[in-house]
Amino acid sequence: MAKKNYDVIIIGAGVVGSMVARFLSRYKLNILHIEKEADVCMGTTAANTAIIHAGYDPVPGSLKAVMNVHGNEMWDTLAGELHIPFERRGDYVVAIGKEELPALDELWDRGVKNGVPGMIMISGAEVRRREPDINPDVSGALWASTGGIADPFAATVAAAENAVINGVELMLDTKFEDFVMDGNRIVGIRTNRGDFGSRWVVNSAGLYSDEVMHKAGLRPEFKITPRKGEYYVFDRAEIAVNNVLFPVPSKISKGILVTTTVHGNTIIGPNAQEIEDKEDRSVTQEGLDEVWAGAQKLVPKLSLRYAIAVFAGLRAGGNAPCKTPGVDYKKDYIIEIPDEVRGFVNLGGIESPGLVSSPAIAQRVVDLLKDAGEKLEEKPDWDPIRPERPRFRDLMPEEQKILIQNDPRYGRIVCRCEYVTEGEIVAEIHAPIPATTYDAIKRRTWLGTGRCQGGFDTPRVVEILARELGVSPLEVTKKGAGSTLLARPTKEVEG
Amino acid sequence: MLKNMYDVIVIGSGPGGLAAAIEAKKTGAEDVLMIERDRELGGILLQCIHNGFGVEIFKEDFTGPTYAQQFISQVYELGVETLLDAMVLDISPTRHIYAISKWSGFAELDARAIVLAMGARERTRAQIRLPGTRPAGVYTAGTAQRFTNVEGYLPGQRFVILGSGDIGMIMARRLTFEGAKVERVLEIMPFLTGLTRNYVQCLLDFDIPLQLRHTVKRIMGNFRVEAVEAVQVDEKWQPIAGTEEIIPCDTLLLSVGLIPENELSKKAGVVLDPVTGGPFVDEGMQTNVAGIFAAGNVVHIYDLVDWVTEAGSVAGRAAAKYAIAQRQEAARHVKMQAGQNVRYVVPHRLDKESLVEADQKLQMRVIQPIEGNVWVEVKDGDELVTRKGQRYARPGEMVDIKLPQKAYDAVRKADTLTVNVVPR
Amino acid sequence: MAEETTKIICITCPMGCTLEVTHEGKTITKVEGEQCKRGKEYAQAELTDPRRMVTSTVKVKGGVHPLVPVYTAAPIPKPKIFDLLAELRKVELRAPVEIGQKVLENALGTGIDVLASRNLPAA
Repeated sequence: MAKKNYDVIIIGAGVVGSMVARFLSRYKLNILHIEKEADVCMGTTAANTAIIHAGYDPVPGSLKAVMNVHGNEMWDTLAGELHIPFERRGDYVVAIGKEELPALDELWDRGVKNGVPGMIMISGAEVRRREPDINPDVSGALWASTGGIADPFAATVAAAENAVINGVELMLDTKFEDFVMDGNRIVGIRTNRGDFGSRWVVNSAGLYSDEVMHKAGLRPEFKITPRKGEYYVFDRAEIAVNNVLFPVPSKISKGILVTTTVHGNTIIGPNAQEIEDKEDRSVTQEGLDEVWAGAQKLVPKLSLRYAIAVFAGLRAGGNAPCKTPGVDYKKDYIIEIPDEVRGFVNLGGIESPGLVSSPAIAQRVVDLLKDAGEKLEEKPDWDPIRPERPRFRDLMPEEQKILIQNDPRYGRIVCRCEYVTEGEIVAEIHAPIPATTYDAIKRRTWLGTGRCQGGFDTPRVVEILARELGVSPLEVTKKGAGSTLLARPTKEVEG
Repeated sequence: MLKNMYDVIVIGSGPGGLAAAIEAKKTGAEDVLMIERDRELGGILLQCIHNGFGVEIFKEDFTGPTYAQQFISQVYELGVETLLDAMVLDISPTRHIYAISKWSGFAELDARAIVLAMGARERTRAQIRLPGTRPAGVYTAGTAQRFTNVEGYLPGQRFVILGSGDIGMIMARRLTFEGAKVERVLEIMPFLTGLTRNYVQCLLDFDIPLQLRHTVKRIMGNFRVEAVEAVQVDEKWQPIAGTEEIIPCDTLLLSVGLIPENELSKKAGVVLDPVTGGPFVDEGMQTNVAGIFAAGNVVHIYDLVDWVTEAGSVAGRAAAKYAIAQRQEAARHVKMQAGQNVRYVVPHRLDKESLVEADQKLQMRVIQPIEGNVWVEVKDGDELVTRKGQRYARPGEMVDIKLPQKAYDAVRKADTLTVNVVPR
Repeated sequence: MAEETTKIICITCPMGCTLEVTHEGKTITKVEGEQCKRGKEYAQAELTDPRRMVTSTVKVKGGVHPLVPVYTAAPIPKPKIFDLLAELRKVELRAPVEIGQKVLENALGTGIDVLASRNLPAA
């Protein structure tokens, strides 16, 4: 393959990589964005609690804390420009029983040190008023009014798409293999789809960020240890928690939340279990039991009867020591342009609060490049707005009528439980970042996430994908190569 | 062309809906509409290509599609209207329906009576909280049946089936017939949950092993199912350590129960029985909402389609009677409308039969004064029903006119009477 | 010939009695476990000439669906099931198909036809 040369190559299209792509797309740079999976947002960003944290939790002085608070401030503008479902509704750290109250004070102090605005301590009675089904032994809560919830898939797709519209080249199914070095300078990368030259490479490979930086000979002691978190999702029609409810945190994690999401479903989770396999997203009985026990502490009235889905995500937990003098913290973010290797922007260990931090991290990357002497010339025609595609179920009947009149495909419901229409599915298949698998469509439209979990829509989606992509239904996959949904025509027996 | 108002609208054209629509017509409902989300009538019957249908009602051993055809023919013969490839989005307690379809766009319909016949959905993997990975190749038996029998594709080649319900066993045979391998059927209970006849003709006939008191402990495979880990359970359905067995396969079929599909019912204000998952109904299959009836799997899960047909007929008959009564009730009354130069008329509506007893007085006020001779007239469209002359008409002085008993015949024909006060 | 005992589940009615059939080859000497006389008849049939109704699908060209469901007009001998299915796999009809239409006449010389279960209109 002919070697093409870029100014920047970004490895990884999770929310961090996609935000970096979007922020860099503002400048006159030739950018290549690569992702090893069949779609963006299939790593850590695909499975998490979707919280825009307020920022009282990270250790003061850490990069996590700075990125969290700075990122939090950026979300209103970001969500508006990119049309990301986002609600700044505040989050609660709930103390059950008097003995948990001192922990709230600790978080308060941390929040103050981190510069978190809008924190208020509220009484148990007030918590009960705002969340009637909360554990009656609630003694008080820290209400952080700048906390929020967002749709991480939408955020990633929107950012990556905005980047593509603004000239970034996105290549899916493209896996980083090695760097091409000239002395201690990175001049390109090797992938399974050929070599590409570049002046800069940005490492936003999430769970694999350690392996990428090791290929450049950097930070051999840095290791990503995946930490699995499992979740239950509840039927929107049966369970509706109003708020984002945290328990008082433990040493290893923020704890098992009970929270609403931007789609209206209540979810509970995650637990935290260190594992070895970076691709092990299996749901376990033990994990689910742990999540259930934790959630019941906050909202005893929950019933598993109304659980409609379970899933697991992997945190990309690193072991990098915090660079701030005097701060003894060993799991901080790596966001740096190292001295030892030229042409490298290294991002590592971006776990929670990764989603809220993502725009701040992207801005930091821009600043680091400027500090390193890059003349970043703005494109006069850079468009920060990513237009929204219509969601049938969110429209009023009058708007629905007009939508159908203009394109009858919006008149055909494919996912009965979530009211997703053929028009929306076709729009995603032909979007700037085409959705070409069942899961890609699911992430973007929320199809198949309801009561019947794809029982009704799967045959219809297969038919639409086959038709729109011009392939046989036998080639349609759930999540990329190796995950075909069908085996063979009914009437063709092998042999 | 869709009408605005129907006597009976049936939602769903499976066996319950078909029977309801036919019986509604036969009972005397005039305008009957069936709304069906698939492209053709028949519902779930179209994918149940095995036999065993109609043994009770027809004394026949039909396949599902043949059974459906017995009713589909009648639907067309009787003049039942159909709206296909259409989804009902909402039903109000006053029986206002919002439906959409690619071909008819957005439709708002009213019905004097509704029969809910949406059937059931299948219990999912998540609802039984089956641990493991989430690869392609995990299907409920019904979805696999749809692919195999209607879409024309086998969802896999090597199957494990969880659940010894009829759908699972039927699919075991079906898949074997099409050259796939069914490795095992696992059933968590200590007994068969489907019919013995199916055990014999679907499993025993083909040497497909059934393991009672067994379940799937976890699913394996990242992209596509590679195996399931089966395990034996004790009386409390807890896995017995040491009995695990990894069964290689590429597809897991779930046949773990049906749930009445009542999201629409809830929107209409229908109250559900938490035990059945379906509406509370009386002997006519009427729910707690007047004029809304339900029949079939949407009420509770049946095992013989013949009884679904029977329930559908009961609901259809009751719905038609309700609609006819509503029609008659509406026809009893004529609406009074304020016409030219009339601000309002009281009474607003009149029971036509009241004219049998006595004259009826209408009272009104004019908008503009007319200083001169006027006609106060009551009309049915262009036809004059009655009128009287006055020397003037002023807003400050109430005007009245008698509807005489002899106007009864003219009034009986009318839906609306318009009252005008005009210069003579 | 040696006497053997075979267990058969009778499916004539939903009771599903388990029958203990003692037989020499295909000659039955004793049947136990039945709760009505149809059990003995079932056992006799199952042992000497087991038959099954077979339902499946065949390919259709130019129809609204790629397959049409079919059924045997009467139960066919059990040993011939898979041969019948192989024969059906070779069939390709042209839409429209009519319910009751003969898809395979005198299948495998059994004198039994295979018929279409439904109407299938042309696309």
